[in-house]
Amino acid sequence: MSAVAVDGVWKSFGDYPALRDIRLEAAPGTCLALIGRNGAGKTTLLRIIAGFSRPGRGQVRIGGGDPRDPETRRQVGFLGHGISVYDELSALENLTLYGRLYGLADPPGAAREWLERTGLGRVANGLVREFSRGMRQRLAVARAFLHEPRVLLLDEPFTALDDKAIAVLQRLLAEALASGRTVVMSTHQLREAMELASHVAVLVRGQLAFHGVRTPEMAADPGTVYARYGEA
Amino acid sequence: MRFFHQVGVIAAKDLRAELRTKEAINSSLAFALVILLMFSFAFDPLADTTREISGGLLWIVFAFAGTLVLNRSFARELPNDCLDGLIAAPLPGAALFLGKVCANFLLVLGVQLVSLPVFGIFYNVPWTRQFPQLLLVMVLGTWGLTVVGTVSSALTVNIRLRELMLPMLTYPILFPALLGAMQLTATLVAGNPIGPGEAGWLKMIVGFDVIYTAVSLALVDTILVG
Repeated sequence: MSAVAVDGVWKSFGDYPALRDIRLEAAPGTCLALIGRNGAGKTTLLRIIAGFSRPGRGQVRIGGGDPRDPETRRQVGFLGHGISVYDELSALENLTLYGRLYGLADPPGAAREWLERTGLGRVANGLVREFSRGMRQRLAVARAFLHEPRVLLLDEPFTALDDKAIAVLQRLLAEALASGRTVVMSTHQLREAMELASHVAVLVRGQLAFHGVRTPEMAADPGTVYARYGEA
Repeated sequence: MRFFHQVGVIAAKDLRAELRTKEAINSSLAFALVILLMFSFAFDPLADTTREISGGLLWIVFAFAGTLVLNRSFARELPNDCLDGLIAAPLPGAALFLGKVCANFLLVLGVQLVSLPVFGIFYNVPWTRQFPQLLLVMVLGTWGLTVVGTVSSALTVNIRLRELMLPMLTYPILFPALLGAMQLTATLVAGNPIGPGEAGWLKMIVGFDVIYTAVSLALVDTILVG
C-alpha cells in the first residue's frame, strides 16, 4: 500500500485551475520532492494531501485512509509556511500542547526530548515571541516531528533556516527515512532536496510534468530537472 | 473522554494565551465600564424608567463588550498559521470549537461579573436580591452569545473586515436569546424573582442555547475545511 496516493486530483480557485489531474504515489520509506516554479501548485497540492482543503475532483489517501480522518492525521506531520506555534506560549508549552492533542503518553517528556534534539533545550521555558527566526523554525520542525508521524509533509522546509538548522533538519529527515517513514516536500532549494529525495515530481502550471525516480544526474546537477521538464 | 480532554486542552491554551497578553479582556472590560459610566450620565439613575430599561442596557453592554473577546477567538490562530497546526492535529472540529467556546464563555462571564457591581452602583438597582437567578440568566445568555460569536469568529477569520462582520453576523442571530435575557434581567435587577409570566423567556434561552450549540457542532468542520 502506498504511504501517499494522489489520484486524479483537480482544484480550481474560481475559474483558475490550480491543479489538473494530478496522479502520484509515494511508497513507505521514500522521499518525494515536489518541485516547480512559483504558482505551479506545490503548496495547493500539499495542503490537499494534508487535508486542509478538499480537492474539486479526485481523491487523496494517506496509508489507505482519508486525510481528514483523525486516525490518519495522527500519522501525519505537517510543516507549512507558518510555524504553527503560539508567540504567547513558551517553547515547552507549545510542544506539550501539541503532544496532548496528538494523545502522546508523556507530552512534557516528548516535548523536552524534541527541544533537545533541535538544539532548543536551554530555551525551553522562553516565550516564542522572544525567539530568533531560526529558533522559531527549529521549534516548528520539532512540532512536526513530535508525534513521530509515519508521513511527513513539508512545504519549503529549508526556507529561512541557517546552516546549522538545515543540518539538523537534514539529519532528522535522513533518520526518518531510514526508519521507514515517508517524506513529501515541496521546495525551491533543489540541492538540499536532491540530497534527500528518492523520487521527484515536477509541477508546471498545475500539471504534473514529471514523476519518477531521482537519478544520479539530477543529484549531481539539480538544474537539469527544470531544464528537462520545467518551464523555460 | 478523549473528546472532552481535547476540549479542555484547547480551552486551557486559549485562556493561558489570553491571560498572558490580556489583549481582549482588558479592552472588553474597559469598554464595558466606560459605556456603563456614560449611560449613567445620560439617564437619571433615580428615575423609574431608567430602572425599567436597565436590564436591556446591561445586555447591550454585555453583548458589545463580549464581541471584543469573541473577535480575538479565531483571530488568535492567524499569526504563524496556528490554525493549520490545529487542523492538522487529530482533533475533531467540534472539540476545537467547544474548547474555544468554553474559553470565551469564561472570559466574557468574567468581564460581566466585574461589570455587574459597577452597574448596581451607577444605576441604583437591588441586583444582589435575586443574584442566583440573575447568575443563571447571565450564564444561559452568555453561553448563547459565545456559541454564536465563536461560529461567527470562525466564519470571518480569513476576511479583512472581520471586526465589522462578526457583530453583523452575531447580533441578528442572537436577537431571541438577547431579548429573553433582557426581559428576565429587567425583572431580576428590580429585585423580583422569575415568575410564571417570565418562565417562557427562560425556556426560550435554554432552547436557543441547545439548538445553536448542536447546529454549530455539526457545521464547524465544514466551516474550517470547506
